[in-house]
Amino acid sequence: MVNVRRIINDVKFFGRGYLRNRIGLFFGLIFPVILILIFGAVFSGSSGPIKVYIQNQDTGQISTLFMNALENTGTVKLSQVNASENFSHYLSDHSASDGIVIPPNFSLNYVAGNPVGITVYTNPAQSSSAIVSGTVNGVINAFNLQHYGGSPIIGMSQTTVNEKVYKYIDFLIPGLIGFSVLVSPMFSLVEISSEYKKRKLFKQLSLTPITKMEWLASKVIWYIILTVASFLLMVAVGIAAFGAHISLSLWLVPFLILGPMLFASMGMLVGTVAKTPETASVIGNVVTFPMMFLAGTFFPISIMPVYLQSFAHVLPLFYIIDGLNAVMVYSNFVGALIDLVVVGLMTLVVFVTAAKLFKWRED
Amino acid sequence: MLPVEVTLLKKSYGALKAVDGVSFSVESGEVFALLGPNGAGKTTTIEILEGLRKKDEGTVSVLGLDPWKNGYELHKKIGVIPQEFTFFEKATPKEAVEYYAMLFGVSVDSNKIMKEVILEDSANVLFEDLSGGQKQKVGLALSFVNSPELLFLDEPTTGLDPSARRTIWEVIKLLKSMGKTIILTTHYLDEAEHLADRVAIMNKGHIVAMGTPDEIIAEHGSGERLEIHGSKKLSDYITAKTKLKVNFESKGLISISIGKKHDAFVALEAIEKSGLEWGELHTRHDSLDDIFVKLVRGKIDAHGEISAKNNAANAPTNRGDKTHG
Repeated sequence: MVNVRRIINDVKFFGRGYLRNRIGLFFGLIFPVILILIFGAVFSGSSGPIKVYIQNQDTGQISTLFMNALENTGTVKLSQVNASENFSHYLSDHSASDGIVIPPNFSLNYVAGNPVGITVYTNPAQSSSAIVSGTVNGVINAFNLQHYGGSPIIGMSQTTVNEKVYKYIDFLIPGLIGFSVLVSPMFSLVEISSEYKKRKLFKQLSLTPITKMEWLASKVIWYIILTVASFLLMVAVGIAAFGAHISLSLWLVPFLILGPMLFASMGMLVGTVAKTPETASVIGNVVTFPMMFLAGTFFPISIMPVYLQSFAHVLPLFYIIDGLNAVMVYSNFVGALIDLVVVGLMTLVVFVTAAKLFKWRED
Repeated sequence: MLPVEVTLLKKSYGALKAVDGVSFSVESGEVFALLGPNGAGKTTTIEILEGLRKKDEGTVSVLGLDPWKNGYELHKKIGVIPQEFTFFEKATPKEAVEYYAMLFGVSVDSNKIMKEVILEDSANVLFEDLSGGQKQKVGLALSFVNSPELLFLDEPTTGLDPSARRTIWEVIKLLKSMGKTIILTTHYLDEAEHLADRVAIMNKGHIVAMGTPDEIIAEHGSGERLEIHGSKKLSDYITAKTKLKVNFESKGLISISIGKKHDAFVALEAIEKSGLEWGELHTRHDSLDDIFVKLVRGKIDAHGEISAKNNAANAPTNRGDKTHG
């Protein structure tokens, strides 16, 4: 019943029109790459030592040694503030949140073994503040230990899961592939199905031998082609620009096929139930936006509060991104298989519902 | 078997009876026009014939098929331009024709088709950049890609400028000369008169007149009339002195019904005797336009809406001073 020749020719015809539409092409292919470049640049590069203002009210030698030790950690870069300044005003005037004050007679008290405090100014909202506190604390401990002539007993060396060292970009690429799997097919099909209905193009197609299943299949195939192209482009840019560690495996193929199929059908469904292109676009946004941000696209869902994490588990895109992460980052194929089964079932349900509700002609 | 046979067709949308018991048939090779104002039921009728809408009641046979049940089979044999034809914005006319040929599984000479619809100069322009008339020509080209024996053209020239309309007419006449049976809907009288062998005038879901333009005029017209430019006084004089049916219309036009040829002499004799001034004189028949105004009770404007006017023409003429003369 299904005529493959018609499907292939419709893919060609539709694809040619798609490629002539520069805006669609930009959002389908170029935009995800730009996102990779922007987010990769923001998070992947090392930001260098944190700038910290320091006011040394001490006149002895020990405070100088202390400051040298701080700088030697490499995590902070000290900027001296004159002892006569009001330190907290100075910080405000310079829009700075991190600062250290070494009190008067610091050296004398240290040598004498009298307790003496170092004040650290922090802003709990800044991640840099925690690093500054930790660094100062570490140096204080070393000085305390040295005072009593001790040496460290417990040492620490850092390592991560697997032999590989993961970078943010490694998680960002599967997330943004998920993003492009979602956005392009979903928004395009919402628009196409509601616009074609309004402009009576479906009615017109119903006067030709192409069936609605053939037409829908052709759109799904086109968005799979587009998704694969976008995937290759994103992976290439991720590796070339940021040296991302990504394993490519045949396990990716079902995700790259089911993903566009799922969201193209979902877009079709939204466009079919909505009466006008305007409502279709609103419903499309309501369905798409939570997935765009909460399914692990731009950041891992593990950083979200628990209730949002549970919410993420009802979003279809979560399972695609989770599966892509499992394959591309962890090479965890059992985990990927579970995601694949979930995605497969969701795709089946949405595709069949869309194909059923979608009508060429009216009663 | 005739290409199209419709008996007592009915279709309602809620309380609105869009088509209310319409019957007609169309012969092979004929151009048949459904003429009427917007909302008369033309498009509903034609869409039921095309298999795009489901009828409520009545029987419909198109090329021997039930259009709704056998739509898929029927669509291979017919050509259609839907009302307000549009196409995919990013395709050219030539690509459109080749796409349709592929869907129908036929091979066509797309350049030849572009020539036939007088579109060869814009064959490679994107649809979105075409003018209204050119877009409509793409619709015409697509309607016969599959070499159909029967064509449905739903308001093929609505909204086009006069010269674009004339080129579309040329293409439709070419299709007729190729022996195709054509059903078209229009709210332009001149279009129906110019193109159609037979016309069915539709109003409020009914066919109110049907036949060749001459047949319709003979059946619904008021026969031959003598028209003279003259005063109300002259009109009253003729009314008083003869047994003729006289109508004084607006702008000083006196209209006298002429049943027998002799009536004309009677009228002229009365005019001569009156000694009153009179001007231009001619005889005329009802045109399709006159019948149309009479049947749908209003004139139709360029957008297909009825504008009820000219009621002054029906004002009684026998009033007033009869002592004159």
